Amino acid sequence: MSAPVLPTSLIENPRLDRWIKFQADRTVRIATGKVEMGQGIVTAIGQIAAEELDVPLHRVAVLSGNTAHGPDELYTTSSLSVDVSGGSVRLVCAEVRAKALERAALRLNCSRDELTVVDGRFLQNGAATGQDYWTVAAEIDLTQNVTGATPPKPVASYKVVGQSIPRVDLPAKMSGAAFVHDVLPADVLHARTLRQPNRGATLASLDEAAIRRAAKGELQVVREANFVAFVSPVESVAQAAALAAPLHAKWDNLRRLIPEQQEAAWLKGQPSDDRHIGAPPPSKETGATPSKNLVQATFSRPYIAHASMAPSCALAEFRDGHLTVRSHGQGMHPLRQNLAAALGLPIEAITCQHLHGAGCYGHNGADDAALDAALIALRIPGRCIRLQWRREEEFGFEPVGPAMLVTLHVELDARGRPTDWTTEVWSPTHVQRPGNGTGYLLAAEAMATPPPEVAPFDPTEQRGGGGTRNALPIYDVPAHRIVHHLVLRPPVRTSALRGLGALPNVFAIESLIDDLAARIGEDPVAYRLSILSEARARRLVELVAERADWKSRGPAGTGKGFGIGFARYKNRAAYAAVVAAVTVQETVKVDRIWCVADAGLVVNPDGARNQLEGGIVQAVSWTLKEQVRLDEQGIASRDWESYPILRFSEVPDMQVEFVDPAGNAALGVGECTVGPTAAAIGNAVNHALGVRIHDMPLTRERIMAALLKA
Amino acid sequence: MDVAFTVNGEARRVDAAESTSLLEALRNHLGLMGTRYGCGQEQCGCCMVLVDGQPAYACTRELGTVADRQVMTVEGLGTPAKLHPLQRAFLDEQAGQCGYCLSGILISAKALLDRNPNPSRADVIAALDKHLCRCGAHQRILRAVERAAAALRAQETMTGRPA
Repeated sequence: MSAPVLPTSLIENPRLDRWIKFQADRTVRIATGKVEMGQGIVTAIGQIAAEELDVPLHRVAVLSGNTAHGPDELYTTSSLSVDVSGGSVRLVCAEVRAKALERAALRLNCSRDELTVVDGRFLQNGAATGQDYWTVAAEIDLTQNVTGATPPKPVASYKVVGQSIPRVDLPAKMSGAAFVHDVLPADVLHARTLRQPNRGATLASLDEAAIRRAAKGELQVVREANFVAFVSPVESVAQAAALAAPLHAKWDNLRRLIPEQQEAAWLKGQPSDDRHIGAPPPSKETGATPSKNLVQATFSRPYIAHASMAPSCALAEFRDGHLTVRSHGQGMHPLRQNLAAALGLPIEAITCQHLHGAGCYGHNGADDAALDAALIALRIPGRCIRLQWRREEEFGFEPVGPAMLVTLHVELDARGRPTDWTTEVWSPTHVQRPGNGTGYLLAAEAMATPPPEVAPFDPTEQRGGGGTRNALPIYDVPAHRIVHHLVLRPPVRTSALRGLGALPNVFAIESLIDDLAARIGEDPVAYRLSILSEARARRLVELVAERADWKSRGPAGTGKGFGIGFARYKNRAAYAAVVAAVTVQETVKVDRIWCVADAGLVVNPDGARNQLEGGIVQAVSWTLKEQVRLDEQGIASRDWESYPILRFSEVPDMQVEFVDPAGNAALGVGECTVGPTAAAIGNAVNHALGVRIHDMPLTRERIMAALLKA
Repeated sequence: MDVAFTVNGEARRVDAAESTSLLEALRNHLGLMGTRYGCGQEQCGCCMVLVDGQPAYACTRELGTVADRQVMTVEGLGTPAKLHPLQRAFLDEQAGQCGYCLSGILISAKALLDRNPNPSRADVIAALDKHLCRCGAHQRILRAVERAAAALRAQETMTGRPA
């Protein structure tokens, strides 16, 4: 028998006791390195454990993001948690269940086959035995490594997995303290920062006396090179100091940005690392020289903010040489390593515990706030430091989702079908997560000796790519390739935003597919089906067309539009097909969205549906409204007025469903709707106006310009 | 400066400068953490409370202005053990993802249902439009408010008095 293939999390964290512990209060603690960000992962992991162990859900206590006791699963990203962490928990629980039953069989002097598990209790031929997990727990050696040899339950027997269990964390969030922001020990000190305007900027002078006058209260100023923090037992005093500080600080070595840099078009021609992925360049015969069947079009997306509802926050305490940090970052083990590197502390001297924060949708200021808090804690030992970023700080200094420019070069055959496809992408990096990306925790760059700049890189194609994510169409094309220009010096720090390059790439590809259909007068759905042979994919396109009554789609150019968008996230996770109905006057109103998705095995259907819906709303917002604005100094859009997002009055009606899965593997679902939604809106607007808009967001100015051109 | 006011039906005193924000007074002095900081500029609604029954942004409201007034926070709405029908409905609809915006939204919804027990969809949207939600739970939230309204009306019919 060949060795079972273990999920990466189990290869990295093989010991059973990193994952599971039977506790004295008759609960079982399941540890995961993945963290709750509002996506419901803690509930889903609990369901998987309860299912595999046959214990009631209320006896499962999930410990999430703890460096002292839990597994290192890097960051909570890329819609991988149910697959990788859930898959690990499933194997661990199956193995521990088998070990527990072996011990019980020995005690009861019976065969293991006579034993079953009901609500955590062991029954012998259906009769009570007095034995359960907790009576035998001490005899199970959990220091052993997982083998993965115990087969988990068959999917057909699932009773808890597949149920829409309500989220365990929501009641607290609707009634009181629930977030890291809400932890307030009695002797807490409140802290705010003065941010270094850019890497390399140096603080020439700081009028502390003036700041103290503005703060009007007890204030400590912590300064380390170009990092400054204001600390007070009274939060409003620290806040007042931080508000006044920029007026009393003089910086040297400030950069100067130019307005063009906020647009994706600026990326073209900038210094870049260039790669060619896929089929060789088209040969002379297939069209190295431009042929009359070559179609080219360029699409773009600007820089996008994560725009979390809660500015980042962290707590840090340095006591007896040990630093304890509580953070809402996406990965506590990487944070611990990054803090050790930035602070020059041994890693054993640091513990990180995740506490819930607001949704982040990628890499925002959370980790940076943790280093801010830690720097202050080291200077004021023995006190708990609560570091809160201000709203303008979150907008101004979080890494943003990179702008992207996407040019498609497509050769067509005589029937108007693509024969050769090149997606050319210009994009800054999509991952500056310290540790597995190219960046540093922000305050590290403000130290006297900042760590050296690292040449940017993007997630590998094995990890789904960054700028190249979903750059290849899912359609039947005999030859396709990606030309990737990783732009090396963007004007702002960029990092992971929900979907990475999938959003602009799917927007571009699906827009062009509609245009190719239009060239030969075919219906967009029919055209797609004519070049889509994968059965699982075809089924979704057909179904969404049926749900949306696609055949009722009227003529183009009436102001009312109907558009479709389709993709399989990363070309290997969940499939989503979306139809958008829009009304375009001077602005775009998305009236209704239909979405069908195939995510394989779904642990919590309502929770997963919530993720589909959330991705749709966020994508509507990105597509219609959002763009980070720059001025000379950096990000200028620092409040909700200059960075508007979709409101209650603008959110479309939605009809969202999962199809019965065509396979049992769980396909990550959290990001699958964003690309198809943006594409469906783009195509619906094109249908409403009879004019294609290539650049996101689809604003009033762009619509007016497109209509003038038409 | 000692400011006396009523919070969730209880007489409370906060010893702080009159210019202290109501948000800071509630959170840091009274330990009521359900009222949340989102922007400090009346732009997001995370800090919404009721002052004498009217929605008010706690982030910019000065403590001195609520002296002798009635303040209600989400803690006054209900607890996980004793949920208000609005909280019950939000859980029934799983109307939320990260949940950070929800306490402010629940407060505005409470103000709406207090003055209009049978709101139309447009009424609910109008009442909540000052609130931002980044996770995209809007449709669930709208359904939850309508569900709560129906539950409260049913309760009133049964008991003959407002819930």
